Amino acid sequence: MIQASGLRKQYGDVVALDGVDLSVRQGEIFGVLGQSGAGKSTLLRCVNLLERPDAGTVTVDGQELTALREADLNRARRRIGMIHQHFALLSSRTVAGNVAFPLEVMGVPRAERARRVGELLELVGLEGRGGHRPHQLSGGQKQRVGIARALAGNPSVLLSDEATSALDPATTQSILALLKRLNAELGLTILLITHEMNVVKSVCDSVAIMAGGRIEESGAIADLVATPGSRLTREIFPLPEPAPAGSVTLTFAGDPGRPVVSEVVRKFDVDLSILGGSIEELAGGSVGRLRVALEGAEAAAALAYLRESGVIVEEAS
Amino acid sequence: MTWDEMLPLLWPATVETAQMVGWSTLFTVLLGLPLGVALVVLDRGGLRPAPAVRAVLGFVVNVGRSLPFIVLMIAIIPFTRLVVGTTIGTAAFVVPLTVGAVPFFARLVETSLREVGTDVVQAAQAMGTSRTAIVWKVLLPEALPGLVAGLTVTVVALIGYSAMAGTLGGGGLGDLAVRYGYQRFETLLMIVTVVLLIVIVQLLQSLGDWVARRLSHK
Repeated sequence: MIQASGLRKQYGDVVALDGVDLSVRQGEIFGVLGQSGAGKSTLLRCVNLLERPDAGTVTVDGQELTALREADLNRARRRIGMIHQHFALLSSRTVAGNVAFPLEVMGVPRAERARRVGELLELVGLEGRGGHRPHQLSGGQKQRVGIARALAGNPSVLLSDEATSALDPATTQSILALLKRLNAELGLTILLITHEMNVVKSVCDSVAIMAGGRIEESGAIADLVATPGSRLTREIFPLPEPAPAGSVTLTFAGDPGRPVVSEVVRKFDVDLSILGGSIEELAGGSVGRLRVALEGAEAAAALAYLRESGVIVEEAS
Repeated sequence: MTWDEMLPLLWPATVETAQMVGWSTLFTVLLGLPLGVALVVLDRGGLRPAPAVRAVLGFVVNVGRSLPFIVLMIAIIPFTRLVVGTTIGTAAFVVPLTVGAVPFFARLVETSLREVGTDVVQAAQAMGTSRTAIVWKVLLPEALPGLVAGLTVTVVALIGYSAMAGTLGGGGLGDLAVRYGYQRFETLLMIVTVVLLIVIVQLLQSLGDWVARRLSHK
């Protein structure tokens, strides 16, 4: 749905994007995770060409945006919704007026506009608020207006620029739940950037980790978690690094269907002490990561058994 | 001087001032608003950057702003004659008043438009809004309270300018104050004129503040 290749963008001496490739599949929620200054915001703004990359191409929904002239680009942008960290609502307009803005730009007739605004406000749970002014709303409600506005043109893609970073944790969860619902109900492809792992954990199907203008790691979350030594796994499950000598780190991605740890203890007569670990609910299911010390004559056989059972085993050297 | 003697002088003078200020306000908005928009839109990082044109416009505006009004009024007499056909009377002074106020108002417009957040402009761009529509549907409506405040300041400045215009043959309250209050030592008329000007300015400023507040939804 979104293909970007070889994106480069430089501001003076600062290289914001240093050859970035990105591929977002239809219907997925793709998160770009990184600290501020990593280039993720520039990347997002290159997708709808708010920033024009110095080099590289962007294709959205089969249309190569980087090749379009301004009028055609404006038409293409109407099929790409965007929501913003600070909502970017027009204070001169009511809630309904804000949602109607893109419809006006598209030349939708007044009566049709009013009907569509009503639908959109209902979709985001703001029915009856059309007459309010943005400043009368809470942050979460403002972002709902932003989402309704972004969906006005029936976009195939929604870009989210740190949309929950200005919100408190409970509101963040409610906005994320809304995005998840829109993704499921409308088949909306969502590309979001965030510096919060929590956002990636709760809604994303795929993730790209960015630093210094490059993507360091990317892929489906389920795959990355199942990849030994992946950066995502280390960041989701913060265990002390480097692992102490002799310790073993076990990652349980997906449900093995039986209590493998106690099985191992009984079967191989090993002593197992847990040094650290946690279980996280990810979009694909729950994943656990344990740092353990194994002692016993058959420790090596025990590890082999764990591997066979689908547990990812990393031994500290 | 009694009230009966003063009223026939005060009323026509007030009307002349109102005419000079009213017409020049109208032309100031018609010329200054687009000029202010151009200063923002053509600037580096604006909607349609054209730094060279922007630099020329900025220079012209600064020239207009650096001339004291009394000098400007005299300096553009040939231009006034060209436009109106005469250089005395209330109508003739609408020209220098407008020329004096346009750069002033254009800068205030520029400042108000710059207050509009780049985030809303970019949000509009992301929605595929054309540049013209961004000016009409985003920049001007969002800046409206500031534009009204700027217009109020401009009108008050025009009242001040119009008093100077009066002394050169434009008529109005300034002319009255100079001819009667200063040259004929009619202190009472001077005081009444001053009070009248104060009242007019206060009323206009309050009106402007009220409108700006009504329009603001921050």
